[in-house]
Amino acid sequence: MTEILGIENEITEEFELFGDDWEGKYEHLIDLGKSLPKIKEEYKTDENIIQGCQSRVWLHSEKQGDKIIFTADSDAIITKGMVALMIRVLSDHTAKEIIEAKLEFIDKIGLKEHLSPTRANGLVSMINRMKMDAVKLV
Amino acid sequence: MLLKEETHILDIESIRADFPILSRRINNYPLVYFDNGATTQKPKQVVDAISHYYSNTNSNIHRGVHTLSREATEAFETARKTIASHFNIKNDQQIIFTAGTTDSLNILSNGLTQSVLRPGDEIILSSYEHHSNILTWQLWAERNSGKLKVIPLKDDHSLDYSALENLITPKTKLISVAHVSNTLGLITDLDKIKTLAKKHNLIVVIDGAQSAPHMKVDLEKLDVDFFVCSAHKIYGPTGTGILYMSDKWLKQLPTTKPGGGTIKTVTFEKTEYAEGALRFEPGTPNIEGVIGFATAINYLNRFGIEKIHQYETELVNYAQDKLAEIPEVIVYGKSKEKAAVISFNVKDTHPFDVGTLLDKYGIAVRTGHHCTQPLMNLLCVPGTVRISFGIYNTKSEIDFFIEKLKKVITMLK
Repeated sequence: MTEILGIENEITEEFELFGDDWEGKYEHLIDLGKSLPKIKEEYKTDENIIQGCQSRVWLHSEKQGDKIIFTADSDAIITKGMVALMIRVLSDHTAKEIIEAKLEFIDKIGLKEHLSPTRANGLVSMINRMKMDAVKLV
Repeated sequence: MLLKEETHILDIESIRADFPILSRRINNYPLVYFDNGATTQKPKQVVDAISHYYSNTNSNIHRGVHTLSREATEAFETARKTIASHFNIKNDQQIIFTAGTTDSLNILSNGLTQSVLRPGDEIILSSYEHHSNILTWQLWAERNSGKLKVIPLKDDHSLDYSALENLITPKTKLISVAHVSNTLGLITDLDKIKTLAKKHNLIVVIDGAQSAPHMKVDLEKLDVDFFVCSAHKIYGPTGTGILYMSDKWLKQLPTTKPGGGTIKTVTFEKTEYAEGALRFEPGTPNIEGVIGFATAINYLNRFGIEKIHQYETELVNYAQDKLAEIPEVIVYGKSKEKAAVISFNVKDTHPFDVGTLLDKYGIAVRTGHHCTQPLMNLLCVPGTVRISFGIYNTKSEIDFFIEKLKKVITMLK
């Protein structure tokens, strides 16, 4: 099992505790959003914006050693919670691991609706950008 | 959801029974559909009419000699008469079928560009226009060194009509405004607009996408050059709408979308175009859409649009009063003169979050800029949460929405 898959499983177990309690699940997601470490203001540039139709995401990627480190922010708190999950799973891994990550946990924890193509949030584009940045930073 | 007898104006329970989709459950909650400004649900009468057309009458209209073609043509042209009569138009040829409000605005702006608009001319819009009523004029302005001028907002978000006359110059040719703001629900004072337009000889275009579903529109009385609206916001199908033009324009406006059906005679040297509505209806039209549209209009007229307006105004006032009791809620364009639409935000939250969580309770609202980004910039917000009502909504649904909104606010705190 890869390290990324290990984290994915950990998150899946964490969300399984809520069972059918979607309110609890979303409250947890909102808490994750609130506790996401702040991105440096200098990284909140237009270049780093991933434009969703409604909420926006800022993503900064940099290489430290052979690992890629992501920091991010969003103006909507639920999107920010999703962003926090993605960072927890993908950040601080090698480009190869990031590119190969399947991210099936999003479906497993019942938050697949956030990957819908309604363009409402920038999450799908954010995952693409994380992988693209990993390719660029190899 | 109708928990108690709420009104005697309309029999909402039996109306709701006509809309099969309303019995759906979303995330284990009964659907509360408050996104009627985007599109309304369709009564089974409309669905049945479309199904009946395809099962019994389907054929191409206008030039066929066979029975089906005659029946289809008759159904299509009867629909035109129904819609003309609904808007109190005696000459049904003034009702041109289009793909919807956006298409209508494009057809008319292209026609005006080729006839009366000159380089350097000026057009007046309002601050709360939908992008549809901005982009086509903006494209004209960019290509013709034209200028768009905008009626500003007052502090209460209604239009500052006192500023309008100062916008008018000898180069002003046209004023195009929404009858009802799709974002704020505010009703535009067309009398003020028309008085100034008449004085300065301006062409008047009314975007009725958000007024036609909610209030009586008497086009004879309104007496404007153009009026446009969409069927799908009036309980009809998508992809259908109308472009009404005054008798003068019906004769004068050049066609910019030629095609089969728009002609009298064609040779490789010259084409003579048909007269009346057909001149603007190229290709095979959306026949089932038009038939569905007329069925929707007949359905509404069973109750009467005035009664519907009265009922929906009650809903708006009820919801606004309830929203006013929640300290975290900011309502934009608060007024009693509204057509079934309320825009609001919850302090320190993003509309996306509010909309996402309300959906979990089965409540469908719209969030975002509502295709009115210039208005969002004026209000200094990234977007709003918009609730918009239709004939089938109830005060019980508003109560449920308010209860869940309060819960959402607690979750987001």
